[in-house]
Amino acid sequence: MIEHVLVGVALVAGLAGGYLIARSRLRGRRSEQPDAVHRILLPFTGTEISRRAVDAALRLARAEDATLMPAYLALVPKSLPLECAIPNEATKAMPMLEAIEQRATAQGVPVDARIERGRSYRHALARLLESETFDRVVVSASATGTAGLSGDDLVWLLEKAPAEVLILRPGPEDRRVVSALPANGDGETSYRSR
Amino acid sequence: MGGEDPDREHPQAGKADQRQGHYKIFLGMAAGVGKTYRMLQEGKAEAEAGRDVVIGYLEPHKREETSAQARGLEALPRRPVQVRDVAVEEMDLPALLARAPELALIDELAHTNAAGLEHEKRYEDIAEVLEAGIDVFSTVNVQHLESLNDQVAELTGVRVRETVPDSALGSADEVVLIDLTPETLIARLQAGKIYPGENIDAALNNFFKIENLAALREVSLRQVAEDVESKRLVFSQGEPLGTRAEEGVSADAPKAVGERLLALIRPQPNSQRLVRRAWRSAQRLGTDLDLLWVKAPGKPIEGEEERQVTALRQLASVLGAHLLIEEHDDLVAAVARVVRERCSTYIMVGESEPPRGLARLREPLPQRLMRATPPGVDVRIVAHRGLKDGEQ
Repeated sequence: MIEHVLVGVALVAGLAGGYLIARSRLRGRRSEQPDAVHRILLPFTGTEISRRAVDAALRLARAEDATLMPAYLALVPKSLPLECAIPNEATKAMPMLEAIEQRATAQGVPVDARIERGRSYRHALARLLESETFDRVVVSASATGTAGLSGDDLVWLLEKAPAEVLILRPGPEDRRVVSALPANGDGETSYRSR
Repeated sequence: MGGEDPDREHPQAGKADQRQGHYKIFLGMAAGVGKTYRMLQEGKAEAEAGRDVVIGYLEPHKREETSAQARGLEALPRRPVQVRDVAVEEMDLPALLARAPELALIDELAHTNAAGLEHEKRYEDIAEVLEAGIDVFSTVNVQHLESLNDQVAELTGVRVRETVPDSALGSADEVVLIDLTPETLIARLQAGKIYPGENIDAALNNFFKIENLAALREVSLRQVAEDVESKRLVFSQGEPLGTRAEEGVSADAPKAVGERLLALIRPQPNSQRLVRRAWRSAQRLGTDLDLLWVKAPGKPIEGEEERQVTALRQLASVLGAHLLIEEHDDLVAAVARVVRERCSTYIMVGESEPPRGLARLREPLPQRLMRATPPGVDVRIVAHRGLKDGEQ
């Protein structure tokens, strides 16, 4: 009788152990390789991005178990080769990507960031569309109309993007941005209101 | 000043027996720092010490101080060349080879020769002079170096058309940096010592700005530091640095003076944070960044891994970092070899996930790296954000 109990206990322990190992391996694999299909592209320019756009992209990513792909569009002057190093642009992009990643990680959304070079923002976006795959694009229309993607760029994006495009126009009262201004001396996150 | 030597009359004769000339380059951050002046000064000193010195080509740029320094040195006549309707003057290479001095002073090695001459570029002329066993002193500005041309153009907004391959500098036996603070250089410009009066304002408004000159000065200093570093490391087979041959660098090479960062990455999105951290540190230290992925031998790169490698390659290219992919089944051994080869002083690794099972008994990676790499190499662990503050 005791032997049967011991065998039973060993069997249960073995099954439980096997389940735990399998689960941890599966979790490890998931954390290593985010889903290859579900990606939400969040292109941006300059040193700040509408917080509303970031939050919308994060909400979607969380709801769809997707990876957020923030992409900084960097301008390369015509005097330089397109594939050259652009440390000045990278200096602007890094804290922005860091800020977005901090916010995404806090919400449990995996991030796979990019910096794409182009002669214009539209050119950089076109290169991105060519080289990456994603299911949605979340883009913020410029509130001021002076920086970032123009109205024409957004129309172009609607025509060309092989994915659903969500264009967010910030309301007049919504002036919160995710900014690249150093907040803690280390060039890290800074959320502020204009 | 010797003309008795039979080789002088037939400079190409007995070429195989001839030693290669000694090559010294005076490198500057911009026009007007005093490269040509210093070259002439040293040339004069050599002549006074009894050597046969000839000016192969001098571009005094109407600078009185430079012209004064050249007085007393023998100068070869320039060779007139007709380019369409314009008469230009170039260095007379055949005459220099025939004259065969012990030391030739040849200004502006980045110069592009008029069409139809022996070589397209002056540094190629110099190579021939060196091959003839003649020592050469020459000059160049840092923005002419091919690998730095883009960087300098981005820093200063001015692109220099005449470039020379880095090997033109790398082949020199000695590189002397002629350093001047930007403030002093601007003061020299304002005093009319660099350009004639009518060009001073234009120069001040364009290229000769404090920020441009400071950036160029930094690039020049780093270039010379790297040159010193590459010459310090001698490959056992006598090969130049950069061939990355297995066990190429002697293990007892003395420690590097400058810093160099090496970040250990894997083709995963979470490596990007490590790259960003490493790049920021490299920026602060003003040093180069290498990214190293040690992959399992024979395993093809495909699917998601291939996509991530492409992304990392792109990121490295944007940042001006070097992505190295090494096939090795022993991560620590591969890293130790790269550290020796690249003279890395910092290794940055991502935080590992907590070990499970038998892996708990294994010594952690940072400790193994510290033991395997030369003394003085620091290992820094970059926290994985998801492990620390991934929760809401």
